[in-house]
Amino acid sequence: MSREMICINCPMGCRLTVDDADKANITVTGNTCPRGVTYAVNEVTAPKRMVTGSVKVQGGTIPMVSVKTREAIPKELIFKSLELLKNVTLTAPVHIGDVAAADICGCGVDFIVTKNVDRV
Amino acid sequence: MIKVNLVIVGGGPAGLAAAKSAYDAGERDILILEREAELGGILNQCIHNGFGLHTFKEELTGPEYASRYIDEVVKRGITYKLNATVIDVSNNKTVTYVSAQDGLVQVQAKAVILACGCRERPRGAINIAGMRGAGVFSAGTAQKLVNIDGYLPGKEVVILGSGDIGLIMARRMTFEGAHVQAVVELMPFSSGLNRNIVQCLNDFDIPLYFSHTVVNIKGRERVEGVVIAQVDDRLQPIKETERFIPCDTLLLSVGLLPENELAKNAEVQLSPTTGGAVVDENLMTNVEGVFECGNVLHVHDLVDFVSAESENAGVRAADYINGVTPCREKTVISCTNGVRYCVPTVLNRDEVYAPQSFKMRVANVFKKVELAVLADGVKVYGRKRPVVAPGEMENINLTAEQMKMLKQAKSVEITLIKGE
Repeated sequence: MSREMICINCPMGCRLTVDDADKANITVTGNTCPRGVTYAVNEVTAPKRMVTGSVKVQGGTIPMVSVKTREAIPKELIFKSLELLKNVTLTAPVHIGDVAAADICGCGVDFIVTKNVDRV
Repeated sequence: MIKVNLVIVGGGPAGLAAAKSAYDAGERDILILEREAELGGILNQCIHNGFGLHTFKEELTGPEYASRYIDEVVKRGITYKLNATVIDVSNNKTVTYVSAQDGLVQVQAKAVILACGCRERPRGAINIAGMRGAGVFSAGTAQKLVNIDGYLPGKEVVILGSGDIGLIMARRMTFEGAHVQAVVELMPFSSGLNRNIVQCLNDFDIPLYFSHTVVNIKGRERVEGVVIAQVDDRLQPIKETERFIPCDTLLLSVGLLPENELAKNAEVQLSPTTGGAVVDENLMTNVEGVFECGNVLHVHDLVDFVSAESENAGVRAADYINGVTPCREKTVISCTNGVRYCVPTVLNRDEVYAPQSFKMRVANVFKKVELAVLADGVKVYGRKRPVVAPGEMENINLTAEQMKMLKQAKSVEITLIKGE
């Protein structure tokens, strides 16, 4: 199947056409430099995204604290991971790097806190 | 009246970086005035990642990036006041602030760094016709409601403007369960990063309509929908293309303006192009001892560049307090052939020849151009670029030798040379 995508490596924003009919030989056209090929192949084989959000925090100076996935997770887990966050309530104090939700959907990546919140 | 050597207005990324570097340059008598309840500025609500690639060589979220600088400021024991709003800066560097704790306080400074950031353009700035129901927010207001306060401001959303904040909020609202119907962009291109178009819109099949705008807002109590239309090449809406999109929320991401009300009080000369001050290579304004850095000077794409610029301002302010006097004679840098602006705006005609970086923006998308710096019409610097766009700030780094040529010239020009 042939797909169109915009390369995100630089402001050039090349319009790439990726053909992955033959999984062993994915072809990319429209790229100006080799980075376009790497990007396109990753996008059609194993796309990953960082997910950031916020969770409730009790007894802190602010009501919500921001979190992120420690590293990028498979794209198809984005909404499942966000569903998880709805049921998380942390208790202040929390610190940058604290685990907010461990091993998201069994993918081995944790949600970690990205802001220090003191207790009131 | 309290006396302080260096007053920094604003405790966001610009103010924090300026404070840190002024301290490291030997200045110990520093006061940061921040109107919010915590340091960090707008970074606190920018919970997405992508900050710090240049400064820290890793991708941080906004709060993480802020905490790095907050830690540096705290570690140095630099004084800061929270919930303290500066209401006036005079041209003899008297800074007046109010806070619930201190009341109204006047501070006499030897140098002032204005690091008060920028503000979003509101509905009134773009004159959208229609009713005035609830549900029209600037993208940044919606961002604060969602990320800091934990409220979702609407469920069916249209976003006007495809700048990075608009794109980021399209994804954020989607993550929180809202449905983003469309992002509408007046120009035929986006001023946002490609990465954000891909990861905030394409990932969630949110349509982006170029050369379209919102011409009317319907809904007496609450927004019930917006009328969008295509625009012609003079950006005028085409009547026949009007169509109604039902929605309860309209987010505006239609540009940022440097916040220079305090600068005006201090009689600082402003640039009509950037909305920020006219500054020399030391980031000093026309008012001696008053400096600007960060988004109050010109709106940046990346916080990393704000930090770098502000660290420079901190050092220069410390130098000024130590008796380095500014030169009175200036050369105004002219921007031509598609270059919209450059910072610094003027150069001192002195004999200080140090490496200098220039930040510039172009007025349109141009392919295969050379960014060039001319001294009396002679090319001192040139760099070929496959493409330049208004959404991407360009950096020009000149050596001390090149700066000498500029400072000795009668005219300095930053320009685009087009063609092969």
